[in-house]
Amino acid sequence: MLMALALKKKGKAGARRGNSSGQTARPGRQPKAVVPETAERRAGYPNLSWIETDPFYVQDRDFDYGERLGLPGEYPFTRGIHRDMYLGRLWTMRQFAGFGSAFETNRRFKYLLSHGETGLSVAFDYPTLYGYDTDDPHSEGEYGKCGVAVSSLEDMTVLFDGIPLDTVSTSMTINGPASVIWAMYLGAAEAQGVSKSRLRGTIQNDVLKEYIAQKSFIFPPAPSMRLVIDTFEYGMHNVPSWNTISISGYHIREAGSTAVQELAFTLADGLEYVRQGIERGLDPNLFVPRLSFFFNAHNDFFEEIAKYRAARRIWAREMKESFGLTSERAMKLRFHTQTAGCTLTAEQPENNITRVSIQAMAAVLGGTQSLHTNSLDEALALPTEKAVRTALRTQQIIAYESGIPNVVDPLGGSYYVEWLTDQMEERAYRIFDEISMYGGVIGAIERGYFQKAITESSYRYQKEVERKERIVVGVNEFTTDEPLEIPTLRLDPKGRDRQVARLRKLRRTRDRSKFESAMNRLRKIAEGEENTMPAILDAVRAKATLGEVTGVLRDVFGEYSEQQII
Amino acid sequence: MARKIRVLIAKPGLDGHDRGAKVVARALRDAGMEVIYTGLHQSPEQIVQTALQEDVDAIGLSSLSGAHDVLFPRVMELVKKNRMKVLVTAGGIIPEEDIPALKKCGIAAVFGPGTPIDDIVKFHKERLSQKG
Repeated sequence: MLMALALKKKGKAGARRGNSSGQTARPGRQPKAVVPETAERRAGYPNLSWIETDPFYVQDRDFDYGERLGLPGEYPFTRGIHRDMYLGRLWTMRQFAGFGSAFETNRRFKYLLSHGETGLSVAFDYPTLYGYDTDDPHSEGEYGKCGVAVSSLEDMTVLFDGIPLDTVSTSMTINGPASVIWAMYLGAAEAQGVSKSRLRGTIQNDVLKEYIAQKSFIFPPAPSMRLVIDTFEYGMHNVPSWNTISISGYHIREAGSTAVQELAFTLADGLEYVRQGIERGLDPNLFVPRLSFFFNAHNDFFEEIAKYRAARRIWAREMKESFGLTSERAMKLRFHTQTAGCTLTAEQPENNITRVSIQAMAAVLGGTQSLHTNSLDEALALPTEKAVRTALRTQQIIAYESGIPNVVDPLGGSYYVEWLTDQMEERAYRIFDEISMYGGVIGAIERGYFQKAITESSYRYQKEVERKERIVVGVNEFTTDEPLEIPTLRLDPKGRDRQVARLRKLRRTRDRSKFESAMNRLRKIAEGEENTMPAILDAVRAKATLGEVTGVLRDVFGEYSEQQII
Repeated sequence: MARKIRVLIAKPGLDGHDRGAKVVARALRDAGMEVIYTGLHQSPEQIVQTALQEDVDAIGLSSLSGAHDVLFPRVMELVKKNRMKVLVTAGGIIPEEDIPALKKCGIAAVFGPGTPIDDIVKFHKERLSQKG
């Protein structure tokens, strides 16, 4: 049976465009109301940003192809940043992985590479994310659980043992202590004899979204931003192929934002980093090309595709027109995508494979540069090897069987997709205006604007699920009583003790005077204004641990705590 | 007039996933309870201290990082040590096989992903109305 069509309110189309002429609906939209043939479904079809869609879309006679789209690989890059997109090279299949010790995660990395993964992505455990060593009292109960514990250069070296760092690209999800972890990676590469100029990869390093959503912040905003800009500066001179930031909407979305909010908040963060880099005196044509992005792939298929396309167009326009950049590379928004963890259900977990497939297709149709597909068991525990393999296979099926990558931007010119792309862009700009009323991103963070907006969206969505206005298959509809039969990954119970023993030995056996002089120099530089990266690198080379280096920075910079908003 | 049910929603450990905790906090408040939210990064000691100060009837612990197996029993130890009469429940990403141990140490219920909010509201109302 065909789906019932929604009844539309008169003149709403025009009103939504901010156009008072109401009835003269914008070309591109179906102008007349359509009466539903049957009321079996529901009265309206809002997407996940509560944008009401029309029953169908028609050609927009005013649509300016050159202005809105351009060819693939051409400004404003709506259709993608490469002329040949996936024809030349597929996206990087990059599975986020990490648990237990560096030894265990090294084995998981090799397993993934042996199954056709093309890039690495490191998940660190909570203590590492907060800059604590495994044996710190704050780390209690958290060792190795949400990722791998890396407390020293030695751990980092073990993590990449047998993996040549000049051929693999590595993404590291680390924010507060990003410069310390990056320094350890640079140190591990040194130990392999690989020069910095040959390293490729990404540190997430996006502290703004930590305050907004992910909440693994350490320092207050000003010193945090200083550390970030330090990495931009250090990277452009020393590690030229490294992405020194991955400006992330993923966590904003996971915390409950809409797609439009994810888009707008993330790009607003991006613009703030560009501004602050310029304030430092860096040449934006040189550092902006190393900024990368990270988006979520949620359930509403076309909304997600439109989001990625709008992101590219907004970024290109802002870089060229607002900032006056001339480097085309600086105008190209490159992004990683991860399917939405928050859409995974603990009930009937096999259904998650289907969800992930749809989300991954949206990412590919939206022109992602790399992709992580979630595993079916992640609403229950860390994924097992088999579950991770199935997730990787999902990407490989899209890549090699579906034919989707064989044509560049196959949805370009779809009446609906182009309309929705415009909608995403327009609504993002409205949010930019709101943010500027708070004096910018940092003012808005300090006043709780983002946190409130996300909490509202998340609660509104949840209430709709509770009322069954949104169906979640297997959760509030199509449920079964069958018991859950799925193996989950268990961590080695002795792992923590071994890690702590190694760490204590490291502290006992290192060259005391070398360590102390490196730490003193780090403190002095942190207190001043010089770039912190060289001193951090020297400290980790002198076998200072993550907790020790971050501890010095904590002393100098102080710690941040947020206001509570529910 | 009867005293409102007072609930502390708490985030033990370093876990930053606060979406679920906030949704539950909002829902309990909308259902007429008084809700106090600890915010992130609380130690078991801090949580129990807040519960004592706020004289709550119930504590809801949320963790999605896997640290529940260590941190939740620690909270329960402190609850017992202080002879507190509170209803303690838990939520988050908690594997099925961990639930018996949590219940054994005194956690009254574990609300996993997909639990209807209404179930959580009803559970608190039923268990706490007997207190009078």
